[in-house]
Amino acid sequence: MELIRPGIRIDFIGYRKYAYVFSAVLIAISLISIFWRGLNYGIDFSGGLEMQVAFKNPVQTEELRKSLAKIGFGDARIQSITSANAQGNEFLIRMQKVQSGSKENESTKIQNVLYSAFGKDKVDIRRAEVVGAEVGKDLKTKGLLSCLYVCLGLIAYIWFRFEFSFSIGAILSLVHDITLTVGIFSLTGKEISLTVIAALLTLLGYSLNDTIVVFDRIRENMKKQAGTYDLASLMSDSVSQTLSRTILTSMTVFIIVLCLYLMGGDVIHGFAFAMLIGVITGTYSSIYIAAPFVLIFHKGKK
Amino acid sequence: MDNFKFRGILILAVVVFGLIFAIPSFLGKAELPQGWIGPKSKISLGLDLQGGIHLVLKVDSIKAVEGRLNIIAGDIKPQMISSRIRYTKVAPEAPDKLIIQVRSKEDADALSKIMNDSYPFLTEVDSKTEEGSTSFTYQMKAQEALKIREQAVEQAIETIRNRINGLGISETSVIPEGKERVVVQIPGLTDPERAKKIIGKTAALEFKLVDEEHSVEKAVSGDVPEASYVAYMKDGKQPILLRQQTVLNGSMIDDARVSIKASYNEPYVSISFNAEGARIFERVTGENIGKRLAILLDGKVYSAPVIRDAIGGGKAMIEGRFNDQEAKDLAIVLRAGALPAPVDILEERTVGPSLGKDSINMGIHAALVGGLLVIIFMIIYYRWSGSLADFALIWNIVIVVGVMAIFGAVLTLPGIAGMGLTIGIAVDANILVFERIREELRLGRTPKMAIEAGYNNALSAILDANITTLIAALVLFQFGTGPIKGFAVTLSVGILATLFTALVFCRWIMEWMVNNRKIERISI
Repeated sequence: MELIRPGIRIDFIGYRKYAYVFSAVLIAISLISIFWRGLNYGIDFSGGLEMQVAFKNPVQTEELRKSLAKIGFGDARIQSITSANAQGNEFLIRMQKVQSGSKENESTKIQNVLYSAFGKDKVDIRRAEVVGAEVGKDLKTKGLLSCLYVCLGLIAYIWFRFEFSFSIGAILSLVHDITLTVGIFSLTGKEISLTVIAALLTLLGYSLNDTIVVFDRIRENMKKQAGTYDLASLMSDSVSQTLSRTILTSMTVFIIVLCLYLMGGDVIHGFAFAMLIGVITGTYSSIYIAAPFVLIFHKGKK
Repeated sequence: MDNFKFRGILILAVVVFGLIFAIPSFLGKAELPQGWIGPKSKISLGLDLQGGIHLVLKVDSIKAVEGRLNIIAGDIKPQMISSRIRYTKVAPEAPDKLIIQVRSKEDADALSKIMNDSYPFLTEVDSKTEEGSTSFTYQMKAQEALKIREQAVEQAIETIRNRINGLGISETSVIPEGKERVVVQIPGLTDPERAKKIIGKTAALEFKLVDEEHSVEKAVSGDVPEASYVAYMKDGKQPILLRQQTVLNGSMIDDARVSIKASYNEPYVSISFNAEGARIFERVTGENIGKRLAILLDGKVYSAPVIRDAIGGGKAMIEGRFNDQEAKDLAIVLRAGALPAPVDILEERTVGPSLGKDSINMGIHAALVGGLLVIIFMIIYYRWSGSLADFALIWNIVIVVGVMAIFGAVLTLPGIAGMGLTIGIAVDANILVFERIREELRLGRTPKMAIEAGYNNALSAILDANITTLIAALVLFQFGTGPIKGFAVTLSVGILATLFTALVFCRWIMEWMVNNRKIERISI
């Protein structure tokens, strides 16, 4: 079976101007959204409280709010969870501000008030997370630094294995992918949690896979046709030759991530979403973005 | 032995080894078969899958410096008295200063001699003379303060470890993070609130005499007598006037147990002092017969009984209308000792066992469905070769599980996602090779040559692509907390296993097919 006709040749490099414009527009939208709308940081980064509570009997949001108001938490965000496995009486309670360091902390208070209002055996505290602002700030710094380290590591490796212009092309396509992914998180208002950052870091490494396969073929073709090639058309050839493989592998990973997104449950929802977007942008950028940038920065014979 | 045979044996060894180590983990909770002589260690489940509590604590270690200065302040007074220094004030000032005020120039000279001789780690940073009396400010040297703070963190870790052990839970971990943070992980805990209470309690036990010569009412309204202070009973309402001096503290406790008062059927905690503590206790009680001795825990007065007689044998009891569990927990913390400084909970993540179970089920379900779809796709697209890739994929997972079991790695929910991703990456490597082989076949090469060329040409791309992912995974390991670390580990092991199954395992079988079976067409 074949999806892409063998021997097909598409002049991807010839289309690069359109790709630049297309990407520039998307990146502009992403950046505008990131700076204007901002990002919805989860409690991992903003600090705060999040509790997932299930009740044996049907409970109304208002009842829950009333009990929370008793301990001064009436302004907490209460959200009913309607995932496949929730039995209908499950809620997410969130608060932005918590006082870290108080001896009886907020989660204890909430647990106690719920126990007394609904009965201890009727309440199941499925998850409780309290993150102090201090820790949140640390995690943010650590996350940004990690992204930086991954980028530096990748630049160094590609520089070592290919040429400098290739590592520029690779990094620009990474920046492209990450900006778009974060942009979509900003546009959709989806929460940025620790696992989303983990997904972004993984994407940095993984979305490079396709790019490297293309680069590898460019390198190989450059060797084969030593000195006699026109770099732009050689790149189009290389991208075309690896096109079938690029599409296929992206598809298989996409299938798996899609399953994780649809069936994996709340906890890895954000993770899978980031991977989904990343696989799409990664595939696009390795076809349209990475090679053209190498062309721009490549010194010597073009 | 030729290269081909050698590779075959190597592959067999890795696969058998992987399988043997993976079996206990695949069986899960089920018993290993009778007479199993292989390894028994399993992949352990992360807190997010089996439920449990993850705490990040901050040891407020500067308080240990304050505590040290308090003790010094107590020690200096008798020294000054015996050197006939007339002082008007000895008071620590948070966080690391001590202020001493003396009457005259001669007193000041004598004081500086004492300070130089006995407390070289305190430096004079300021002195003010007003109406004849001089006030000195001493600051603890940064090096000494740092040492005290470091010791406080170490001691806090030790104490917390002992307290959790007192709860009788295994597989807990208490490890330092950074300068003054401690990460506590307790898996499978059913009552996180109790653990938080036990870990967070400072449990500073003190015995102080009650000041019965002055009126509590006056003291509460602001007229506090010298060397006394107002404390409150456990209920937080009733005030009581205490002498500032601590006659005995919890550091001299040998043991603490729960006992039941026969008459009321009410539990209390009986403590026994070590030899030195017992001696001091006997002396103090002997000298103060008829007076009241207050027992304080973390600054609150639990009881203040009248001393009827000198108490020998070094035993005392703490009452306070406890229920059974409160008494038991108090005994645990007293046995483990006081925290050298208060701890704050900076971060708390609790996962109930019910959510953990749901997460495993959903995570594995999703990864399985995804994997299955990809497996079917490979068979449809690449026929026989696709089935070979699928076969290798299954062994890939077995090897990943086996290796993780060997190293005692932890499987987390993101880790299950990592397994899913590993399937994707493994298939990716095979697709690279197969597409290459197809290309070579199209150029008219024989199956044997096509396979050889296909693998050789795809090698560099596969290596480079996987190494970049590995770089990301390694940084991720540094960055993440528990669940994410689990992901990084699973992904890293998955990548290495993929390189083995795709480049060695599959290649060997393909070569074997064309060499030994002499097939003329490859189904690819």
